[in-house]
Amino acid sequence: MQRFTVPILLAALFAGLIGMSQGGMIDLYIQSVIMFMGINIILSSSLNIVNGYMGEFSCGHAGFMAVGAYVPSLLSVWLLTDDRVFGPAVLSPELALVIFPLCLLGGAVAAALAGLLVAIPSFKTRDDYLAIITIASLYIVKSTIENISAIGGPRGFMGMRSAVVFMEDVIELPWMMIWIFICTVFTVWIIRRFVSSTYGKGIIAIRQDEVAAEIMSVNTNKMKVVAFMLSSGLAGLAGGLFAHVLGYVNPGAFGILKTTEIMVMVYLGGMGSLTGSVLSAVLFTVLMEAMRPLQIIKWVIVPLMLIILMHFRPEGIMGNRELSDIFPRLRRWFQFK
Amino acid sequence: MALLEIQSVTQIFGGLCALSDFNLRFDGGELNGLIGPNGAGKTTVFNLVSGFYKPSQGNILFKGRDTRRLKPHKITALGVARTFQNIRLWHDMTVLDNIRLARHQTLGYNLVDALARTRRYQRAEADIEHSAHEILEALKLDRYALERPRNLPYGLQRRVEIARALAGKPSLLLLDEPAAGLNSTDIEGLIGLIRWIHKEFKLTIWMIEHQMDVVMSLCTWIKVIDFGATIAEGTPDQIQNNPDVIKAYLGDGAL
Ligand SMILES: Nc1ncnc2c1ncn2[C@@H]1O[C@H](COP(=O)(O)OP(=O)(O)OP(=O)(O)O)[C@@H](O)[C@H]1O
Ligand SMILES: [Mg+2]
Repeated sequence: MQRFTVPILLAALFAGLIGMSQGGMIDLYIQSVIMFMGINIILSSSLNIVNGYMGEFSCGHAGFMAVGAYVPSLLSVWLLTDDRVFGPAVLSPELALVIFPLCLLGGAVAAALAGLLVAIPSFKTRDDYLAIITIASLYIVKSTIENISAIGGPRGFMGMRSAVVFMEDVIELPWMMIWIFICTVFTVWIIRRFVSSTYGKGIIAIRQDEVAAEIMSVNTNKMKVVAFMLSSGLAGLAGGLFAHVLGYVNPGAFGILKTTEIMVMVYLGGMGSLTGSVLSAVLFTVLMEAMRPLQIIKWVIVPLMLIILMHFRPEGIMGNRELSDIFPRLRRWFQFK
Repeated sequence: MALLEIQSVTQIFGGLCALSDFNLRFDGGELNGLIGPNGAGKTTVFNLVSGFYKPSQGNILFKGRDTRRLKPHKITALGVARTFQNIRLWHDMTVLDNIRLARHQTLGYNLVDALARTRRYQRAEADIEHSAHEILEALKLDRYALERPRNLPYGLQRRVEIARALAGKPSLLLLDEPAAGLNSTDIEGLIGLIRWIHKEFKLTIWMIEHQMDVVMSLCTWIKVIDFGATIAEGTPDQIQNNPDVIKAYLGDGAL
């Protein structure tokens, strides 16, 4: 019986969200907040793989998100629309429903490959040095994009919104909401499966004692590659969704500030807790929206919150525990594998 | 073919010669000792055998294979397991997970299986779980399966480390000062345990130990090093009466 609780709840949530969006019961603003929640959940839980479970300090997450934002945007514009740079559409817009997820997948794969950029130096370094390397990789991605004028350079790139419009033309549904929902659930579920397998626990062993991990049979280099690629690939997925929700991307959006935001979510939720990452992403999204009228002062309040949090609860909301560790009784009602 | 052959290995750190011209040959089945004063280079020998250090000179063969190009996890997969002088368990995982992880090289499934939860994954994990429980039971640790090592008394932590080493089904077990920090009743138990493991698991054990009664009562052949140089080897009796050994331990004045 517990096996069905989570799928039933998710199905109900899914139906509720789509129904209310479709029926106009929640306006476009609320819809976009919900969509950003999903994207933030993907971002924080994927960064948690590396910074939480594996205990490395990576600051490059926004860079992978950028790769994942640009690649599918370029793909969908090239394939589906008439564009000045890319020429006329290659495929019929009716195929949008099939092409869009493939574009997203392409972005995730590209971001995963970019993850190698950080995984390989991590074989030999960690802590501060790795942090510097990951910041460097973030800037490599950012300035590469800024210097390719065909994709808009620093001005940014747009036109991918058409892919969403085409999907809505084929079947009238809030498609971005649907894809974000699917990708969010997929991400959390994949990560859960990864870190609860003996295979994936290799990265937790790396965090707790890397020398012992290598000597007691964990191929630490391989596990680092796997973890970095999984983490950056999922960040890429979030990037692709982000780009298509906004309909516009520019390299400035993927700077150190974006990375900081994602890190705040991971540390707020608790390193090595998926429940924590999900909760804090939701909380963070709502807070950021609530503080929107404060404009720039928001960036005084957010770091302040982080300082207070680190002082009083350095392990974050959940520590490294999951919901079912805190309330073991819940196990009778649900299981999530 | 010898199980382990160390051929004139020298290890230099910066200007310090931690080990010089070290030779050894195990045919399999031994329960031998390695002793020497503090800083003699004993742990260095184990770090070399487990592949954590690569020899500056000389060669190490395990089951006939040159281990110089192999990463530690590969050497472990070939059948070398060890414990550490200062316990190195994964302290925030359960004891059970510590044991399970020692199977990382012989999981029997890959990443895709883990994510898709294939039949292969289910079967392999069930097997890993089963044999982990078997090891824990054999070492009377089953009661602590879900505890974190951090919360266990020192003696039990040592035992968990031995259990973890055994979980990978090694053919050579290296014990680096297993009796360190144990009280006399624990040491009694440890001697029995090591003897039992040697018989039951039919493996080769090589131990470093400062507690002479432990080494002398367990080991059949003992090697003594001092300042990286081999100064004696032989049976416990021969070692106890060797003037060079007495000198290394007690200083010149003892003679
Ligand atoms: N990685 C290293 N870098 C530099 N010097 C090292 C390194 N490892 C060991 N040494 C040095 O090599 C010498 C031998 O050290 P080792 O740990 O092997 O001694 P030991 O015989 O195990 O001593 P103990 O009984 O205290 O454990 C010491 O002088 C030590 O400082
Ligand atoms: Mg030592």
